[in-house]
Amino acid sequence: MATDLCGIELAHPVVNGSGTFDAIAAQRAFGDALLERFPFSAFVSKTITPEPRSGNPPPRLWETPSGLINSIGLPNKGLDGFLAEDLPRLGELPVPLVVSVMGTSHDQFRRLVSGVAEREEVAALELNVSCPNVESGTIVGESPDETRSLLDAVRPLTDKPLIVKLTPNAPPVPVAIAAESGGADAISLINTLRATAMDPGGAGPWLGGGSGGLSGPAVRAIALLQVSEVAAAVSIAVVGMGGVASGGDAADLLEAGAAVVAVGTESFRDPAAGRRIASELSARFGLSSSG
Amino acid sequence: MSGKPGIAEQGPTLDDGRPLAPFGRRACRVTRNIASGGYRIFSAVDPEGPDPAAGQFYMLAAESGWAAEDGRPYLARAFSVADSDPEGDRVRLDFLVQGVGPGTGRLCSLQEGERLWVHGPLGRPFGVPREAVPGAHGAILVGGGIGIAPLALWRRRLAAAGVPTRVLLGFRDRERSGGLDLFRCSELKVASEDGHQGHRGYVTELLEVMLRGDDADGAVVYACGPPAMLEAVRLLCAERGVACELAMEAPMACGFGACFGCAVPLAEGGYMRLCVDGPVVRGADLATALVPGGGH
Ligand SMILES: Cc1cc2nc3c(=O)[nH]c(=O)nc-3n(C[C@H](O)[C@H](O)[C@H](O)COP(=O)(O)OP(=O)(O)OC[C@H]3O[C@@H](n4cnc5c(N)ncnc54)[C@H](O)[C@@H]3O)c2cc1C
Ligand SMILES: Cc1cc2nc3c(=O)[nH]c(=O)nc-3n(C[C@H](O)[C@H](O)[C@H](O)COP(=O)(O)O)c2cc1C
Ligand code: FES
Repeated sequence: MATDLCGIELAHPVVNGSGTFDAIAAQRAFGDALLERFPFSAFVSKTITPEPRSGNPPPRLWETPSGLINSIGLPNKGLDGFLAEDLPRLGELPVPLVVSVMGTSHDQFRRLVSGVAEREEVAALELNVSCPNVESGTIVGESPDETRSLLDAVRPLTDKPLIVKLTPNAPPVPVAIAAESGGADAISLINTLRATAMDPGGAGPWLGGGSGGLSGPAVRAIALLQVSEVAAAVSIAVVGMGGVASGGDAADLLEAGAAVVAVGTESFRDPAAGRRIASELSARFGLSSSG
Repeated sequence: MSGKPGIAEQGPTLDDGRPLAPFGRRACRVTRNIASGGYRIFSAVDPEGPDPAAGQFYMLAAESGWAAEDGRPYLARAFSVADSDPEGDRVRLDFLVQGVGPGTGRLCSLQEGERLWVHGPLGRPFGVPREAVPGAHGAILVGGGIGIAPLALWRRRLAAAGVPTRVLLGFRDRERSGGLDLFRCSELKVASEDGHQGHRGYVTELLEVMLRGDDADGAVVYACGPPAMLEAVRLLCAERGVACELAMEAPMACGFGACFGCAVPLAEGGYMRLCVDGPVVRGADLATALVPGGGH
């Protein structure tokens, strides 16, 4: 089931959601078996910020009915640490690499986009304008004007595909249209839905960060609606995600107009979930496994 | 079992000697589930994985009846391997489980012949005393409650390697105790807070006495238990200048470094991911063993 995403050839339509699979840590746990049976047709990095971040204080996780609230807080090595230490290793993965970036100003986004885009290991960039854990992330992605002016700032810096990742916490269609008009090559959605949980012991909010973002099957029906509305409103490619746990769920998103689907939380339950979902998809479409 | 404890005999290994997990979860048959005091011990046969090292853990989920009530449990749950035995080209894995919520409750009710999703072995195992401190030759194992699970396998591996080992186990009360069958024939002292067996009081009181003895200098302490116990062990060992390795808990969604959920604060600032940089951690590397959300 070969697919194309903004000119990047993919062996099948299943990639990972940013921040839900660390290929370097996974190699520590599984060794070369990971590379031999890599679960995704492209690898999307965790979101990188200009400076290093250690992330939110624990606890960072809360399980909900068929879902997960996370308040991770974007821990990462920062742009320089990522370029020096992680990028060379991610460049050795057997699939194209998409790097996700997030800044809190146009200057920061410019630094990130130009620093990442000039590296030959990178096939495309994803602009995270939707992370619910960091206040500034939501502001851009909740406003069509902010989104358009961010694209105006970074679009001239690279010819590589720019994917804009939307938040489900504001109506996504106007923001998607603004991103397309600013020259985005693709839209991805949904990021997590803002959510919280209380300490069972009565000590107030459970999460160290106060609140977090909900993912998993609990958000699937919302993702399906938002993906279909955005796909109907723009003519650029859509990467659909949110609660995908089976080939059937992935097929629903493709049916709704997504070109590619991403798997996030399901990989936590089974690190090889992406492979299983891709082969369930190709079985559905009556094609031979792409494995 | 032969050779160095903590070193896998089969399967690929990393530089720190940890056995690597096969990529992907697999369905394993449950072969028994018995009561052990207030806990349960169940066994599953892993057709694919390597023999795990003591201190490593598996992510487990029942194949059926997971998410049966109100959509939880949804994610797999982390469990230390309490014993393991290669049986032909398979490995029998034993787990010691305390029912505290929907996930552990479902695992406690597993029937023989049911299938279990197993993913692992994962994480950093215990290291032999001489790896922790050059010249160290003895081991003191300190377990609290369900935290005795990884120490059971570690005790067996240390015995096989000829490392002199003393074991101190503590329990709150009769209901929250069990698993002693896994420690048969070792040098063992028990404490209980309600006095139903052994010394009445905390297991760390037994450790304090032991660390005052002269032979504590050549020993490394290995501990697993509730956060308050681990913190007491960490402080006692620091005060006495004895090296310690703590097997810790944190909420885990994935177990293989993907979610960054299992953060534990480091002495040098920042956090480690307990599932890949632990669960066995050197006491000296920690800012505190009192991790919010990290156990009960
Ligand atoms: C490395 C490691 C090894 C372990 N080894 C063992 C072992 O050998 N044996 C054993 O019995 N246990 C072990 N545990 C603990 C075990 O994983 C937990 O007891 C189990 O995950 C609890 O799941 P549950 O569904 O039964 O309970 P939960 O409902 O998940 O409740 C357990 C605790 O988590 C909190 N909590 C309650 N609701 C939620 C929620 N919705 N989301 C998040 N947290 C919640 C509360 O503090 C509660 O006391 C280990 C844990 C780790 C990290
Ligand atoms: C633990 C966790 C961390 C995440 N980190 C990021 C991130 O760094 N950047 C980002 O754009 N999205 C992040 N996401 C959102 C996912 O990429 C995805 O959009 C969302 O989880 C919905 O998909 P799912 O239901 O399949 O998980 C994260 C999600 C989870 C659960
Ligand atoms: S449990 Fe997911 S990173 Fe450790």
